[in-house]
Amino acid sequence: MKAVVWEGINRVKVERVPDPEILQPTDAIVRVTATAICGSDLHLLDGYVPSMAHGDILGHEFMGEVVEVGSAVRKIKKGDRVIVPFPISCGKCWYCQRGQTSLCDNSNPNAKLAEALWGYSPAGIYGYSHITGGYAGGQAQFARTVFADDNLYKVPDGLTDDQVLFLTDVLPTGYMAAENCNIEQGDVVAVFGCGPVGQFAIRSAFLLGAGRVIAIDRFPERLDLARGAGAETINYEEEEVFERLKAMTGGRGPDSVMDAVGLEAHGTGVGGMADAVKQTTRVLETERPHALRSAIMACRKGGTVSVPGVYGGLGDKIPLGAFMNKGLTLKTGQTHVHRYLDVLTRHIERGEIDPTVIITHRLSLDEAPHAYKIFKHKHEHCIKCVLDPWADPKDHDPVKAGDIRANSAD
Amino acid sequence: MPDQPLSPQNASPVERAVMGGLGAGMIAVSLRRPGPAGLMFAATGALLLAGASMGRSVGARMVGIRRTPDDGIAVEKAVTIGLPPEDLYAFWRNFGNLPRFMNHLESVKVQSDGTRSHWVAKAPAGTHVQWDAEITEDQPGRRIAWRSVEGTPVPNEGHVDFRAAPTGRGTEVHVSLKYRPPGGSMGAAVARMLGEEPGVQIAEDLRRLKRLLEVGEEPTTEGQSSGRRNALKKAEAKMFDNGRTA
Ligand SMILES: [Zn+2]
Ligand SMILES: [Zn+2]
Repeated sequence: MKAVVWEGINRVKVERVPDPEILQPTDAIVRVTATAICGSDLHLLDGYVPSMAHGDILGHEFMGEVVEVGSAVRKIKKGDRVIVPFPISCGKCWYCQRGQTSLCDNSNPNAKLAEALWGYSPAGIYGYSHITGGYAGGQAQFARTVFADDNLYKVPDGLTDDQVLFLTDVLPTGYMAAENCNIEQGDVVAVFGCGPVGQFAIRSAFLLGAGRVIAIDRFPERLDLARGAGAETINYEEEEVFERLKAMTGGRGPDSVMDAVGLEAHGTGVGGMADAVKQTTRVLETERPHALRSAIMACRKGGTVSVPGVYGGLGDKIPLGAFMNKGLTLKTGQTHVHRYLDVLTRHIERGEIDPTVIITHRLSLDEAPHAYKIFKHKHEHCIKCVLDPWADPKDHDPVKAGDIRANSAD
Repeated sequence: MPDQPLSPQNASPVERAVMGGLGAGMIAVSLRRPGPAGLMFAATGALLLAGASMGRSVGARMVGIRRTPDDGIAVEKAVTIGLPPEDLYAFWRNFGNLPRFMNHLESVKVQSDGTRSHWVAKAPAGTHVQWDAEITEDQPGRRIAWRSVEGTPVPNEGHVDFRAAPTGRGTEVHVSLKYRPPGGSMGAAVARMLGEEPGVQIAEDLRRLKRLLEVGEEPTTEGQSSGRRNALKKAEAKMFDNGRTA
């Protein structure tokens, strides 16, 4: 089969690899019908998440049709159309039973490695470095999925791949980020970063009762999309964000602030430059926590900072003084995807949230290296790339920003 | 509080002599070498010398070896498993189950008297170690203690406690073990680096026990497809994926 393979820092390739096989009785093989590139794939691409190895198959946002199940799989059947949540839940441990599936005790085969870096091990994740298990990812024609009964989610009939694909990650991630803001009716919420997660965070904040959402980014197309959801926007290249936020909130500051950017923030000024230099060593500092610093500074006293953005190791100069003296609450975490699937599916069915709005590019799997490039550099106004593992690149007509809405209407 | 008395000194007398000699030697070398290299030698030498005089082995400290006052190595590990203490006790008390999650054990056979057992373990380089052990304490649902009998190559004793975990989390399994490896704590430190030291083994064994009892199997990525073709690239990935080996 064809698969997108990590071949070193900034090098991805599409290669022929062996088809996956059932390795354990609870496995299922999925024929991937749609997969996407996530912002956190860029941290892997750039080598800032340690323990990537040459030849790793990437991808943790994928869905498809079950073509084979192991002998112990009961609920999932051959032919089921499923999405595959990115964190792997064993379904049995204390965390999984409480719905905190991204903290699963049992699904990471390399728990020892994670414990060395983070103290305790979170769940295994598909296509997401060896610290989180070294599982082969889903940017491929087929994928082996594990603990199938506890993880695979059957998609209701009548919903298209585009409508449900982002249930695997970015949609519930934005939703959980908003939920973590402890929004009270009418609250003002600020969101740093208007990529896919930020877009869903904005929409979820409104669903959860926010009165106003202020979205911060520098790319006009992302800010447009945020405004389309009802957000007010700040372009941080044109305005001083902190002062602007204060002015927009009567000097109080937003009630909660989300960092939907993570470890490769585009910092400005001397601080941003220092982060960038230190980060290239991958030792002195593994993160550029510019958005997190800004979120902590901007949040009102007693407010909540919610961090859906991905961090991997150590960040410098987090303003702990501001954090402590303002009495802030910090909420973080990889998404407990499973717990949000029913509620979000209903929102989609009722038309209260439209996941397809973020799709700007649809490419064949063979075009993945190009897709990574335009997504990373935001070329061609790229917000989100969906890859079709079965499209022939020759007769495939890549969809560009602008005409996507017309195409997705049919 | 630890389950066993520990010695503040974690280096054996032989080790202290070796460290002290090495440290003094490095300082001597540093005196004849100006510049950064000399400084490095001096610093390392001073560290070794200080360690020797305090009876604290730098290497052993780095890998977390703990010594008991009577020159044994102490290991304590714990895990919380989502089953009642009675179930865990019953599973463990049936010693034949132990090799199911203790990878280094080949077999444990309980003798007809019920308190004696024969243990066969895998040792480095494909060899085996065997010994007989006797149960010294048996409290159903709470504790099992055992000790190797006279004439064992690696004398060891230990106990496992099963304590109800708070708020319905199941059972805390506490394992406490004391053993005397050939070569003292230096031997244990070297063994630990090679992944054969009991402290590391027991932590991994307890994780396997949890997975076996909670899920019924351990997750694995062994045999999955990848874009790795040559042996070097495969070895690179294997270096990370060490959860199941050792
Ligand atoms: Zn993601
Ligand atoms: Zn679990």
